[in-house]
Amino acid sequence: MKAIYKIAFLVCVSAVATSCFDKSRPNYQYFPNMYEAVPYETYSESSAFRNGKEGQLPAEGSIPRGFSPYEYENTEEGYELAKANLKSPLDSTEVDMGKGAELYTIYCAICHGDKGDGKGNLAKREKFLGIPNYKERDITEGSVFHVETYGKNNMGSHANQLTQKERWQVAHYVMKLRSEL
Amino acid sequence: MKKVGNHTSFSRILIFCLALSLSFSLASYAQDTAAAGTEAETAASAGAGDPVKGKELFNSLCASCHKLDGKSTGPALRGVADKHDREWLYKWVHNSSELIKSGDPVAVKLFADNNNVTMTAFPQLSNQDIDNIMAYTSAPAPAPDVNTPGGKVVVQESGASNNLILGALVLVLIVLVVMLVLVNRTLRRVAAANGVEVAKQDSTISLWQAYARNQFLVLVTTILLILTGGYFLYGYLMQVGVDQGYEPIQPIHFSHKIHAGENGIDCKYCHSSARVSKTSGIPSLNVCMNCHKNISEFTGSKDSTYVEYSKEFYNGEIQKLYDAVGWDKSTQQYTGKTKPVKWVRIHNLPDFVYFNHSQHVSVAGVECQKCHGPVETFEVMKQHAPLTMGWCINCHRETNVKVEGNDYYKKIHDELAKKYGVQKLTAANMGGTECGKCHY
Ligand code: HEC
Ligand code: HEC
Ligand code: HEC
Ligand code: HEC
Ligand code: HEC
Ligand code: HEC
Ligand code: HEC
Repeated sequence: MKAIYKIAFLVCVSAVATSCFDKSRPNYQYFPNMYEAVPYETYSESSAFRNGKEGQLPAEGSIPRGFSPYEYENTEEGYELAKANLKSPLDSTEVDMGKGAELYTIYCAICHGDKGDGKGNLAKREKFLGIPNYKERDITEGSVFHVETYGKNNMGSHANQLTQKERWQVAHYVMKLRSEL
Repeated sequence: MKKVGNHTSFSRILIFCLALSLSFSLASYAQDTAAAGTEAETAASAGAGDPVKGKELFNSLCASCHKLDGKSTGPALRGVADKHDREWLYKWVHNSSELIKSGDPVAVKLFADNNNVTMTAFPQLSNQDIDNIMAYTSAPAPAPDVNTPGGKVVVQESGASNNLILGALVLVLIVLVVMLVLVNRTLRRVAAANGVEVAKQDSTISLWQAYARNQFLVLVTTILLILTGGYFLYGYLMQVGVDQGYEPIQPIHFSHKIHAGENGIDCKYCHSSARVSKTSGIPSLNVCMNCHKNISEFTGSKDSTYVEYSKEFYNGEIQKLYDAVGWDKSTQQYTGKTKPVKWVRIHNLPDFVYFNHSQHVSVAGVECQKCHGPVETFEVMKQHAPLTMGWCINCHRETNVKVEGNDYYKKIHDELAKKYGVQKLTAANMGGTECGKCHY
């Protein structure tokens, strides 16, 4: 009988000891002096800025390297102007359909479908409705770029996921898909 | 004989319990099929006309601005056929702005009520098409309204019957234990009646004393104890600072299983900087709104994957996202009142290690899942890998460098392969185990 008590006691102790690992908290660390960064880490909190965040918007008017200004406005008129006038700055050697296809698969195919027929996974599952077939729309490479940059009605802007050059690559790929539909 | 009588009654109880638990599980199964049946019926009896064709047209043309229930860019369309007469509807859909310009009072008011947004003109639709759409919109709120309570009932019922089954099992267990005790007692009684001696246990004290006196045995056990103790202590100390399995509670219950798994959204749609930069990053909320402007409600299927959480819970989480970006669902407009979401960081290397996502994702072509585990099955995000130095080095020793399609480094790849006399270069051959590559 004594042995049973002892075994039970041991089981209880080990249960208590192991249950101390709480998976919603990080583990203990040895002397973490060199673990935690002194400089700001991506997205950390920081008292250096008034809104308490490390991630700040770029100063007004600053532009990334390789950026060229985009003069069409986010309005109906801007859209029409872009459709009529905007031409791709990429020449035929810079257009990379492989790259365009890769980016298109990541960012657009989920709604527009791999072929651009408006039957992406979200449309098939009836989560996101009203996605057009590219063939039905009167689009040009300029208007595609405009729509990627600003969005249109229910489609959002993809400007923060794709750089200008990447958006042009995707626009070329969309026009290719459209011609194949 | 008494003994026999006892036994049969116990086995009878046992069989009864088994039957009970079985019948419960059968009952829950029957409920499931019953619910599925009603669902199919309602879908079939959705109404006259051709709502099926209408649905197709609606989903491809109108759904970008209209929902059946609830406002989107345009008003909700359920039951709109009763609001206006057919001729007006034909004119409106064919060219609404013309109707507004012609001064039709209803049209003008509608236009003003909806922030003067112009509805696209659909001159290509025939009257029959519009009739089909109207048939679809006039369906008396069938699918969702009947489904939701049905779905809920099924979930709750099966949950309840699960509990019942568990309860029945516990009961069976208790009965078994009681049975054992009783059998033991009757056996003893029978033994006593038959005059058989039940052997009594000897006292153990002498054994302990004998053990304590044998110094060799004591020495051996002490050494064994120290060794096992040391083993476990070492194991414990080695896992200090390793956060494998860390699974914090996030401010918004964001399910990778639903997004990346069920709906197949590419990891890089959200973690877009993994392609090009050191950090992979957590998407800013405008990325979420690309979809959630439109997806304001959780309509996920009620198959086994969602049993843990209810629809209401998920809807509440989407509402949290709206509160954070300041999106008003009813007016479909941003209010401008935002508050940042404080995601809890999970993967975090110490400051003295340099890890770059684009090197691994874009250059080496390693899949996210190799390091982060089967993320598309995680309802709650957790750390899959230990992120220790041994883990990084191991992979560098085992993983081949992606040489194909990398003309830029072709020369150095060839030279290194010759130097090491191997067909395939591993990351370690390239210098992936040099301290300075990871520690700076
Ligand atoms: C979240 C779903 C979604 C994603 C992702 C998406 N779109 Fe769209 N897209 C839509 C919807 C909805 C429309 C219809 C907008 C409307 O009502 O005019 C649309 C319309 C378009 C149009 C036609 C616009 C016009 O001029 O009529 C183009 C071109 C387009 N998308 C390109 C893209 C490209 C390129 C990408 C990837 C960078 C992309 N879309 C990603 C949902 C999406
Ligand atoms: C570009 C977005 C858009 C599309 C696409 C669209 N609508 Fe509309 N619809 C609106 C808006 C906005 C209104 C509100 C009136 C206004 O502002 O012009 C409206 C109003 C209506 C009304 C009157 C609703 C009421 O409550 O009286 C009907 C009927 C209607 N739409 C039918 C359709 C049908 C059918 C289709 C598809 C063939 C369609 N709409 C496609 C934007 C749209
Ligand atoms: C719809 C957007 C979306 C998609 C798609 C997505 N994620 Fe995430 N991911 C998030 C958000 C938001 C968080 C932060 C909340 C959390 O940790 O649950 C996150 C967190 C993570 C984290 C933990 C970050 C940390 O704090 O250490 C990892 C790792 C991750 N995602 C990997 C993936 C992988 C791999 C895929 C593809 C299978 C993927 N994600 C797809 C939005 C997304
Ligand atoms: C590409 C489209 C897309 C993007 C981007 C997206 N979602 Fe979702 N989200 C969905 C879909 C589809 C569902 C499932 C809806 C359903 O089944 O009815 C969903 C469901 C949800 C839910 C309810 C289920 C759950 O996971 O708890 C929440 C909360 C949610 N999303 C939050 C977010 C957040 C936060 C982001 C931004 C990091 C985001 N979503 C980005 C498409 C998207
Ligand atoms: C070679 C292994 C590896 C691969 C492949 C990998 N990750 Fe990571 N990931 C890590 C490590 C290590 C960290 C911790 C980084 C740190 O703390 O600096 C991390 C951190 C993250 C984070 C947290 C935020 C950050 O950037 O620190 C996210 C989100 C993430 N990974 C997503 C992804 C996605 C999405 C992919 C696929 C496109 C991916 N990871 C591929 C190893 C990997
Ligand atoms: C899934 C396997 C895998 C894991 C895990 C992994 N790596 Fe790598 N790593 C690679 C491969 C493959 C390369 C070679 C990429 C190339 O072609 O340049 C690489 C390259 C690197 C390089 C550049 C080496 C050079 O020669 O320039 C660094 C630095 C690096 N990894 C750091 C890390 C760190 C830090 C970790 C752990 C947190 C880690 N890696 C985990 C596969 C991995
Ligand atoms: C592939 C990347 C990589 C290489 C190469 C590498 N390390 Fe590390 N090292 C790491 C990572 C990641 C950690 C953090 C482990 C942790 O947090 O558990 C680490 C941790 C350490 C630590 C422990 C620091 C502490 O406080 O825990 C020491 C010491 C160390 N490395 C020394 C070295 C030396 C010496 C070399 C060269 C022989 C080397 N490392 C090469 C990735 C690397």
